Amino acid sequence: MTMKKYDKIVKNAVGREVPTVINGEEHLPFMGVGKHKPAGRKYAPRIASCADYPDDGNKVVPNLKEALIKAGLRDGMTISTHHHFRNGDLIANQIFDIAHELGIKNLRWFPSASFPCHEHLIPYLEDGTINRVEGSMNGALGKFCSEGKMAGLGILRSHGGRYQAVQDGEVQIDIAVIAAPTADPFGNANGVNGSAACGLLGFALADSQYADKVIVVTDNLVPFPAVPWQIQGNYVDYVVKVDQVGIAEKIISGTTKITKSPDRLLIAEMTAQFCEATGLIYDGFSYQAGAGGTALSIGNYFGDILRKNNWKARFIRAGSNKYPVEMLEEGVVEYILDGQTFDLEGIRSMRENANHVWTSPFTSYNYHGKGNFASMVDVVVLGATEVDVNFNANVVSHSDGYLLHGIGGWQNTLFGKTTILPIPLFRDRIPVIRDEVTTLCAPGEMIDVIVSERGIAINPLRKDLIEKAKNSGLPIKTIQELKEEAEAICGVPDKPKLSDEIVAVIKWVDGTVLDSVYKVLG
Amino acid sequence: MDKTGTAGNKGSGIRSDVWVAVTQTQSGGVQVEVKSKVKALFGRQIEALTEKVMHFFGLENVQVSIEDAGAVDFVLAARLEAAIKQVIDTDKEFLLPFLEENKMATKKDDFRFSRLYLPGNSPKLMLNAGVHNPNGLILDLEDAVASAKKTEARYLVRNALRNLHFYGAERMVRVNQGARGLEDLEYVIPHYANLILIPKCEEATDVQRVVEKTNELLEQHEMNHPVWFMPIIESAKGVMNAYKIAVASPKIAAMAIGLEDYTADLGTRRTNEGTESFFARSMVVNACRAAGIQPIDSVFSDVSDMEALAENVKRSKALGFDGMGCIHPRQIKVIHENFAPDEADIEKAKKIYLAFKEAEAKGLGVVSLGSKMIDPPVVKRAVTTIELAVNTGKLNIHWLEREK
Repeated sequence: MTMKKYDKIVKNAVGREVPTVINGEEHLPFMGVGKHKPAGRKYAPRIASCADYPDDGNKVVPNLKEALIKAGLRDGMTISTHHHFRNGDLIANQIFDIAHELGIKNLRWFPSASFPCHEHLIPYLEDGTINRVEGSMNGALGKFCSEGKMAGLGILRSHGGRYQAVQDGEVQIDIAVIAAPTADPFGNANGVNGSAACGLLGFALADSQYADKVIVVTDNLVPFPAVPWQIQGNYVDYVVKVDQVGIAEKIISGTTKITKSPDRLLIAEMTAQFCEATGLIYDGFSYQAGAGGTALSIGNYFGDILRKNNWKARFIRAGSNKYPVEMLEEGVVEYILDGQTFDLEGIRSMRENANHVWTSPFTSYNYHGKGNFASMVDVVVLGATEVDVNFNANVVSHSDGYLLHGIGGWQNTLFGKTTILPIPLFRDRIPVIRDEVTTLCAPGEMIDVIVSERGIAINPLRKDLIEKAKNSGLPIKTIQELKEEAEAICGVPDKPKLSDEIVAVIKWVDGTVLDSVYKVLG
Repeated sequence: MDKTGTAGNKGSGIRSDVWVAVTQTQSGGVQVEVKSKVKALFGRQIEALTEKVMHFFGLENVQVSIEDAGAVDFVLAARLEAAIKQVIDTDKEFLLPFLEENKMATKKDDFRFSRLYLPGNSPKLMLNAGVHNPNGLILDLEDAVASAKKTEARYLVRNALRNLHFYGAERMVRVNQGARGLEDLEYVIPHYANLILIPKCEEATDVQRVVEKTNELLEQHEMNHPVWFMPIIESAKGVMNAYKIAVASPKIAAMAIGLEDYTADLGTRRTNEGTESFFARSMVVNACRAAGIQPIDSVFSDVSDMEALAENVKRSKALGFDGMGCIHPRQIKVIHENFAPDEADIEKAKKIYLAFKEAEAKGLGVVSLGSKMIDPPVVKRAVTTIELAVNTGKLNIHWLEREK
């Protein structure tokens, strides 16, 4: 390959140096929140004809290898998979085992997220079977990319940004492989039934709509119709039955647990107190909270506040688990708009409760749509690896420069009315508040409040919150004060040793390039 | 053979700590080998501090291996010193500059609702302990430290007293029993410990020995900050001598009961209801009240059951106790809330306080509420109640402005 990984570096609207040619394709630099106005029409997949598909609706082929060959697998293609099975995914690795066996090279893997189980793919990144990953990279894959070993340049997108990239034709998927807990021979599929039940299949929606070829793989093939059809068979080319599609206990935890860490509980409690004191919680409010220990605990405290006032939350937009489900069934919350399901209670509720609604990155997050749900949410609670004194935040890399997490829905949810980051001031001696974030994932204007165990900092842009928090008795400090407090305990860290070589880029929700990720020097 | 000194902890689950091995060599200068998960950001600083400590102790040729899990400077310095003192004989102490805020004096009648135990050799639990706002933080050199780690814990506790942020919590240390406890004092008294907990007291002399040694140390270091004492009664004999112990020194601010050891001594088991310890608890409360000091209850060991803890605190308050030990930060809030005054107490205190302010503004010597005259001790109690209510979050600190 003679193609340059990246070229034509410019300074974007927030002063970050980013390439505008990536893996041979042109990309726009970040222009500011809401500034890039897309033109033209959406990407259109090929027109299909029923004449080419069996009238009896039976699209079953004997195995994945045959399906991939029928789908025309060849060098340089883009293959997409999805992370509904999280670390219990058994299919993505098999696809590339087959590609390797067939001697196919230079593939672009376009997962909605990768997990530690995908460490299996590193030899294929080394031998050229896979050129690059466009999706989250953590663990061994993150290390591989961060050390500059990937042939192509990595591109990290949010869940909404992934939908946008597919819809806008920025990423054209040749073959989408959708692993499904239940499917019928026509290709209708869902995640609510079957031994690998994962709740929903929303991350595969764009792929089913726009990919050239779509393969559904299941271990629970039922006669037509498989309902609910979260994925519609009308988009599907081939169906494959396998013995096992995913490892159940790695897909869904039996029980999600609220954190027991006293420090995290304190931060959660302070977050809820802040929301109460500043009037962010009211009858009919909505919030987004993840499935991490701190976020779960914040949801519990929100529940207490709602009950105390005899209020209801109109909806929770979140990954679901037993805690929001309890609130739904108790009537403290009217709707769960579920993005991904984390435990068995979440799946049960999705089957049983009409008000437990499955959503997709299209409805919740796609920035190139006629609105989305994210901006309607009152309170959004998110994590971060770093924040800087200008409230810029990082969620993908560790302070030492290594890729650590995907963006997930994180960037998309920033559009909620108030975004709060409950974070400890330091982790293992490393202060979380820095002069400048290692990798920029959110411009500071999107982050409203930092809640730490040692105080709360409000973005100076949020004069309303500063005013309302004045007499709350809560420890309100400036972000600079919080930074200095952490440094008085930990010391001032040195800067990580990074090369000026770019290994990946961070996309903003509108497809523009927000920042570059640099190679880590040992 | 070259002698190696080791100190600290390593392995999975270890955080904010460091393991060090120091070996004196014949030549080669100071060689430092650092393994650390924060090496990219703090490796240079870990090496620099290590070299500084080696030079301070005059070690010119030495091999130092460091396995770090995010230890801050005072922890690393304590571990290095503990290891060095296994290799060479020296009286020198490597001390980082004292945090000025830690030179805080406490009063005999300060609130002591909650005191959080911190194992003296576990830095992980120390760093954030103060942010949970206990009235006191106890650096425990006694039961929470394994016998093989007793010596190295002293350096860590000493450094914590100097460099850990206590966020206003009273700085307490539980020393060991007997001779070892007297030696422990050398590591804590010169570093502004506010209060010493004396375990397993059975006689007045158990306390007096500690008080005398403390006074010697204060004199020797030309210091005069107040050091208070809290004897702990943990046996049947201690209970029978409770009053004698309570009056053993005017520097005793409080006396506590330790029920795990006490119930073992009785040959019974501890229950949530506490029937088996009713006599002992009442004895301690009575002795303390007779001596004019604070009676403090035992810890509640089920850290997951906050409701049972709340019940326990209510019973404790009803028996006459003024405070309780905690073994988990989440217990602090429950303890404060349940020892704190209730709504009716607070409302009454506010009225008395306002009447007092009004009388003061008018230059009146006598405070009256309605037709009732209010005595000065009642005003003082009202002020205390309000202070308590504010401290425990039951009353907004700006209540007075809001009242107007």
